[in-house]
Amino acid sequence: MNETRLRFEVVVVGAGPAGLAAACAAAENGCRTALVDDTPWLGGQIWRGQQAHPANPKAARWVERFRRAKASLLDQCTVLGPADRRTLLAEHPDGPRQIEWERLILAAGARELFLPFPGWTLPGNFGPGGLQSLAKHGWPVAGKRIVLAGSGPLLLAVGGGLRKMGASIVSINEQAPLSRLISFATGLLAWPAKLAQAARLKWTLRGTPFRCGVWPVGAEGGEQLRAVTLSDGRRQWMEACDLLACGFGLVPNVELPLALGCQLDDEFVRVDPWQASSVAGVYAAGELTGIGGADAALVEGEIAGLAASGKEEAARRLMARRAAWRRFGADLGAAFALREEVARLAAAETVVCRCEDVRFDRMKSFAGWRDAKLQTRCGMGSCQGRVCGAAARVLFGWGMESVRPPVLPARVESLCADFLTDQSPVRK
Amino acid sequence: MADQIQLRVNGKTVSVTAGTVVAAAVAQAGQTRFRRSVQGEARGPLCGMGICMECRVTINGQAHGRSCQTLCQEAMEVRTDE
Repeated sequence: MNETRLRFEVVVVGAGPAGLAAACAAAENGCRTALVDDTPWLGGQIWRGQQAHPANPKAARWVERFRRAKASLLDQCTVLGPADRRTLLAEHPDGPRQIEWERLILAAGARELFLPFPGWTLPGNFGPGGLQSLAKHGWPVAGKRIVLAGSGPLLLAVGGGLRKMGASIVSINEQAPLSRLISFATGLLAWPAKLAQAARLKWTLRGTPFRCGVWPVGAEGGEQLRAVTLSDGRRQWMEACDLLACGFGLVPNVELPLALGCQLDDEFVRVDPWQASSVAGVYAAGELTGIGGADAALVEGEIAGLAASGKEEAARRLMARRAAWRRFGADLGAAFALREEVARLAAAETVVCRCEDVRFDRMKSFAGWRDAKLQTRCGMGSCQGRVCGAAARVLFGWGMESVRPPVLPARVESLCADFLTDQSPVRK
Repeated sequence: MADQIQLRVNGKTVSVTAGTVVAAAVAQAGQTRFRRSVQGEARGPLCGMGICMECRVTINGQAHGRSCQTLCQEAMEVRTDE
């Protein structure tokens, strides 16, 4: 049987850029380190697939550095929450795991923000990052007509990636107005690597309409999406497609930090200059502390890993670079800020909570998230409000409230395991 | 690891390349609906990242498997709509 109770000096949750950098820094400085991730892959969502087919040299370098750093990798290990003050409870396909830590670095990353509009629940509507991930792992996109909509630099990146896989990109529709994107693009002159990346994508996507100030207002189809209706605020038109990739930016995965008692600032985990959270021994890095992209995540992860290893001086030397990448993240956030219209796309009968099929008109009458949950069961299904909770924040202005473990659906034996180690009489 | 993996989706044999996730094998089998919602609506994967749970299927008899996060394995039995 597998060892189910594990002990490390430093435990890092999340194997994306921030987690990889944190685990490398901690392990290279002599800490007994574990990197825990939900998936069977290294690299998180942004570098997904790089392990098998390295196309991004930076990702390949970090994966190689991690291999040399001699940290333990606990993959396919879903963290359910704190078992006690210094132990995480996790679920692996072979059974439950208890992971004891002295310092814990949270690098759980971000998910896409989905805003409901009529038809958004039809099969064939994905998050752009989600479709890219699935396509990298065999989802058939060659020859498919794909519309991209929503907001953020991911639209262009995903459009380019899907085109290279043989998809026919019908159009890319960014809700932000052209004027804001022009000033953002001008700012990119200070970031030559980013500018070159944008230019390469534009070349890959030559001939594909890229529209600003356009957003989706509806999707059509019976059991499968067939077309999307777009609007520029003055007129509406329909575009036929096989797949729609629509996301409105990113939201941090703060469920585990909240379950551990970390304080938030607005929607992000509050950290000090050492990436330390409000809970002693718990650090946070990457998108959890603010949406900044992979480069900001790498430097934050490295600072957290160094700080957790007692290497404050080395960490301090990275702070100027972190400040620069955080400015880039702030510029990005300002450029792609959401327009009011996209918060008003749901019709009365549009499902907002997909797990429990709770519709917009049922939810809108409540004063807050907690009330709505109690009365309608919104946010109480299997995703635990990860999709509709983030949407409700934009739609109704409701803030995030407490989180209860397990933070993801778990098997009963995973939860019982906790009692077993406490010599409780409970047996399978 | 073999380059091709054979598995069954709703009884239909599908051959996929190694590294394919179960969700993609379901799509390759021509199945767009992964489950029915509590009110009977057709649903399929949304987030592709293991968060939304819309892609859940029964894998080797175990219900509620996140098909977007699970790699295909030889002789796997996958059922949708359960």
